Amino acid sequence: MPRPAKADLFLLLLALCTLLFLATLFDAAQRRDAAAPQLARLRATVATLALSDLSLFTEARYTRHLSQADRFAAFQDHPLALEHFPSGSLLPPPSLLSEAR
Amino acid sequence: MSSALRKQRYLLDYTLSSLARRPGKNLGLLLVYTLIVFMLASVMLFTHALRSEAVAILQESPEIIVQRLVAGRHDLIPAHYLRKMGHIRGVLERKGRLWGYFFDPAVKANYTLMVPDEAQPAADEIEIGATIAATRGVGLGDIISLRSADNRPFSFRVSGILDADSQLVSADLILLSEATFRDFFAIPEGLYTDLVLRVRNPRELRTIAEKLILLLPDTRPILRDEVLRTYDAIFSWRQGIVFVLMAGAVLAFVIFAWDKASGLSGEERKEIGVLKALGWETADVIRMKFWEGAVVSLLAFLLGYLLAYAHVFYTSAALFEPVLKGWAVLYPEFAPIPYIDLLQIATLFIFTVFPYTVATIIPIWRAAITDPDLVMR
Repeated sequence: MPRPAKADLFLLLLALCTLLFLATLFDAAQRRDAAAPQLARLRATVATLALSDLSLFTEARYTRHLSQADRFAAFQDHPLALEHFPSGSLLPPPSLLSEAR
Repeated sequence: MSSALRKQRYLLDYTLSSLARRPGKNLGLLLVYTLIVFMLASVMLFTHALRSEAVAILQESPEIIVQRLVAGRHDLIPAHYLRKMGHIRGVLERKGRLWGYFFDPAVKANYTLMVPDEAQPAADEIEIGATIAATRGVGLGDIISLRSADNRPFSFRVSGILDADSQLVSADLILLSEATFRDFFAIPEGLYTDLVLRVRNPRELRTIAEKLILLLPDTRPILRDEVLRTYDAIFSWRQGIVFVLMAGAVLAFVIFAWDKASGLSGEERKEIGVLKALGWETADVIRMKFWEGAVVSLLAFLLGYLLAYAHVFYTSAALFEPVLKGWAVLYPEFAPIPYIDLLQIATLFIFTVFPYTVATIIPIWRAAITDPDLVMR
């Protein structure tokens, strides 16, 4: 009987992919360890400057400081002000709307 | 090697040969399948990493921030509120914060101007975030000119550039002295943007917040827990939004995969008939088809996940940058730290690999239990 060459090749490929998958977990752990000093510096900056938000969305004041925004975040500027910033449109509705009454 | 294992190897070999007979169709399926897993895994990995990082960093943010509200909007808070709140048991430290926004018409970007508590720069100096330095093309010792609230020009010498590693929280920050800040924004002495409180015991936060509302009814205390919850909710919501946007593509793929997996072509029926006429048992035919589903879905899952990992953690999720950036001119350059939620990966595995494999088996079982003569006709 001939050797199942295709099956062997596929199993080899599968083993390689699985090995790479496990390698990502190992790599992630290593990168987390390597990033620990950077994380400590970030935390120190947050503590020294008493910061409350990430500077990820700098386009509008209520997206820059999401946790400090007014309570009626959907229409911040005036009544019926349509939300026009892409980041703002991706904000969740207030949690009280989704909580069970 | 045991005979059962050898048998599976030969079955797998036969399956691969059978798949190779229709290379275009099967490679196309593998490609689309991998792409779908790649997109879903990228969103999952990215949002989970960002959420974990945000929560880890913001653990150090102030325990309580007190904002004054006037007609429902955030307003400057008088310094005498610090005296008015009196001594609250459990509060270690209380102080006013000065910060505000400035729109720079030169680069059309919003900056956050802030007065640090310690080591304030000299009156005509500022320290700037690394993203501002890159966007404005300035370095240490260069001069930046900004126009104040009453249109007076202010020239500042850049005395420091904040650590590039801290861009995630300091991309748009400009640190300046208290006197300059008050002069620049025309904010008189005795007013702050908000107040921050340091509390000894986190379990007392709610009680302290309740006391604050009683003592200062026109204020809104924001607890650190609320800040953390906001970031947790935002990234979950964003992940949800992306999934909803992708739902159309995912459904199209489900229909395509279901049709491919569950509908047997005449050629495939004939193949099963021939196999059964040659003496294959029903169980063998089902095993062979199981391998077909497993080969495609396992490979698609592994390749999709590996590509997503490389995309998120080695290219800093380059494909998502435009979505996150929105209309912001200043966007921090940062590499997400790989926090991986194995439960999420397991869920993705179950929802991508299992349905396809099961979908391939059911129609085959129906065809395989019928008479070969009938199937071949």
